[in-house]
Amino acid sequence: MTKFALASTFEESLRSGYRLLPFRFAELDADRYVATNLAGEYVLLPREELRSFVFGKLDYGSSLYDTLKSRHFLIDDDSDVALDLLALKVRTKAHRLADFTGLHMFVATLRCEHSCPYCQVSRRSDDRIAFDMSLATADKALDLVFRSPSPSLKIEFQGGESMLNFELVRHVVREARRINRIQRRNLAFVIATNLALATDEILAFCRDNDVLISTSLDGPADLHNANRPRPGRDSHERTVRGIQRARAIVGRDKVSALMTTTVASLFRARDIIDEYIGLEFNGIFLRPLSPYGFAVKTKSYAAYDADEWLNFYFDGLDYILELNRAGYRFVEHYASLILTKMLTPFDTGYVDLRSPAGIGIGAIVYNYDGDVYASDEGRMLAEMGDKTFRLGNVHDDSWEQIMTSEALLDPLERSFAGSVPMCSECAFEPYCGADPVFHYATQGDVVGHKPTSRFCARNMAIFRHLIKLMEHDDTRRILLSWVRA
Amino acid sequence: MLALATTKASFSAFPVGESSLLKLSTDPTLPAPLRPLRSFVITDASVPTGFQAYIGFEGRTPMDGLPPGSSTIVLPEEFSYLADGDVLRIIPAKTTVRVLYRRRSRQNFALVTERCNNYCLMCSQPPKPTDDSWLVDELLQLLPLIDRETREITFTGGEPTLLGDRFLTILRECSSWLPDTAIHILSNGRTFSNAAFTEKYAEIRHRDIMVGIPLYSDLSHRHDYVVQADGAFDETIRGILNLKRLRQRVEIRVVLHRQTVDRLPELAHFIARNLRFVDQVALMGLEMTGFTRANLQTLWIDPYDYRELLREAVEILDSAHVQVKIYNHQLCVLHRTLWRFARKSISDWKNEYLAECSDCAAREQCGGFFTSAKLRYSDHIEAVRAAEPVLA
Repeated sequence: MTKFALASTFEESLRSGYRLLPFRFAELDADRYVATNLAGEYVLLPREELRSFVFGKLDYGSSLYDTLKSRHFLIDDDSDVALDLLALKVRTKAHRLADFTGLHMFVATLRCEHSCPYCQVSRRSDDRIAFDMSLATADKALDLVFRSPSPSLKIEFQGGESMLNFELVRHVVREARRINRIQRRNLAFVIATNLALATDEILAFCRDNDVLISTSLDGPADLHNANRPRPGRDSHERTVRGIQRARAIVGRDKVSALMTTTVASLFRARDIIDEYIGLEFNGIFLRPLSPYGFAVKTKSYAAYDADEWLNFYFDGLDYILELNRAGYRFVEHYASLILTKMLTPFDTGYVDLRSPAGIGIGAIVYNYDGDVYASDEGRMLAEMGDKTFRLGNVHDDSWEQIMTSEALLDPLERSFAGSVPMCSECAFEPYCGADPVFHYATQGDVVGHKPTSRFCARNMAIFRHLIKLMEHDDTRRILLSWVRA
Repeated sequence: MLALATTKASFSAFPVGESSLLKLSTDPTLPAPLRPLRSFVITDASVPTGFQAYIGFEGRTPMDGLPPGSSTIVLPEEFSYLADGDVLRIIPAKTTVRVLYRRRSRQNFALVTERCNNYCLMCSQPPKPTDDSWLVDELLQLLPLIDRETREITFTGGEPTLLGDRFLTILRECSSWLPDTAIHILSNGRTFSNAAFTEKYAEIRHRDIMVGIPLYSDLSHRHDYVVQADGAFDETIRGILNLKRLRQRVEIRVVLHRQTVDRLPELAHFIARNLRFVDQVALMGLEMTGFTRANLQTLWIDPYDYRELLREAVEILDSAHVQVKIYNHQLCVLHRTLWRFARKSISDWKNEYLAECSDCAAREQCGGFFTSAKLRYSDHIEAVRAAEPVLA
């Protein structure tokens, strides 16, 4: 019988030591660190082990050595295929960049019959002519939509209340479908609406043309109506009725809802979640207010700070995990997005957590007046009188002029997290994103000052929290089931 | 076990020294123009004329009454299973007959070489470094004789790709003669690290072809130890990457034993993170043949003792949407949640059940044991009592 070599024979090449692959680390808690590699895989390790790893003193017989080798934090003389695999993973994470702009938002009108004090778009209640998008403007915008090379195009109607100008919606949907008979893109439509004005006829149009419905629901009736006043104080009733009617006509999976957190919501995370469960939604997106429009003017945005919002978020997340442990499947969508970035080779494409930023190259906005903005937040700023993120106008500028404008390229380049002070060395950079519009709005600079950035504080706390939750077997199973394919 | 070869065949009226392939027929009404291309298996008194040769079985078939001057072969009685469409290799000078192809078999394996550049601790087909190029010659002769309805052919070794261009020739001819037959290749994947070779492989453009490639650890030095070849891990991974870059189908195969199970969840994580684009992952119980017998101390672990690790690994792969299949495991040693991943894979002539299995409610869904498994059974084989529903 031939002799077989011992396992130790194949460890000879490990004796010559190891080299570090690019990685970053951050404190997780009092004595542990989280280290992330180039592709966002993470390892938790005590301070002393991190030291011995960094100083080349890790023993190749140790289980930490095996973990760090397997997850591509180090490389030894036995194998260099880790470099091929890392390159592949980084390429996979960045893959969506090549698709270019996929989300195209049409501001159908700035008019709205609600009068929410936190309105971030500065709605108008008057003048149909001045604040509705015209068909001519829409046609020009559609030409630009199809200039994007993206194999998937999503057209989202925004407002104001987009159903106040539904003729425009009809026109854009029909025209886009007509153009797409030749273009053959993967074309999708979404209408953001408070549903208060949704008629069966409008909903039937959505059904027949595959238009998804995205509505606003802030919680139980008292909270929702306080947040979202309208004549008759019946916003909640109309929204709920609208959701059920839309489910009946368009389809139960075609209707989603988003909530916005006000100071009145802060201690009511569980009530809000219960409202979503009672309406048989399978998840919720717990969202903070953004610093734009009336939210700034009425001081809604300043009414709570990052910590207060995080307490709200973690309380909601705890409650949702309790429900899941008891066997009821319900997802928190922001956590789901981040977990997908942490635990899979893929990026999600979620516009607010991308680097390079999603402005222009991920999503673009065609305002009612034909102005083109780098993001929804960019046009919100414009309504406050600051047109920094205006890239051009559909009537005056070509796709090339818009996409190569300094108003787009400069913030994209300067805010790239891989080269921004503090972000570039942050362990959580693979999960995070650049949000130049937020930092410009809050700090007057597209790069911003991270130690005082609310965006940074909020996301870092969530990353750490999720990583700690992953340590518990039963919780980890739940979080794994939230990961998107 | 089915008899597949004999040196006790008796030939008459055959040109001595000639070695050839015979395709069998049991159809007495076969059109006359085809008869010179077929050998007739005598099953009763009626013997049609015009066939290339006539085959009977010892103590069973009266060989008189054949057309005068007929070439005849009498085989031992145990070959009486031979049926229409089967193919034999005959070597009259050595009174030898080998069964090369059985049409009724659901699993057709073609060993194309016994040479290999790995030397796996648990190899079930220990490699031999001899010149065995005659295997390819024989296979190329055989392919046109195989029934075109054949569902699948598995090319195995040794390491098939060591044949280089000759292996690609086999694949090309196989897809020409058998365009509807799926091809499964069992390869260590190392040759595919050569991009030029992989490109030539992809150019064959067979519509249903897959390479099954073993990966035993997420760590290079551990994989290399199991396959007893330094540098194998890197070549195997690069081979998988080259294949998938050209959109070729790849199955990762993991044989579970003491040297691979302790890091099984880590291996699953590694696959989910780095190789998620593979088409399936097969997790396979140890077969008690070949080198496994010599290395039993190093390799044996009761499947019951790794059931938690197996469950964790399957959960990781499944939640990553990687298709997972479990082979060669008795259902009673698997976590109930894993039953839906288990496949009844052991060929029916190689499997058996124990006394414990006789009143098992899950027996119909269970693959049982390899005949060779008697070397070592799990200590935890027991009848599943309740007839609980099983997802196939």
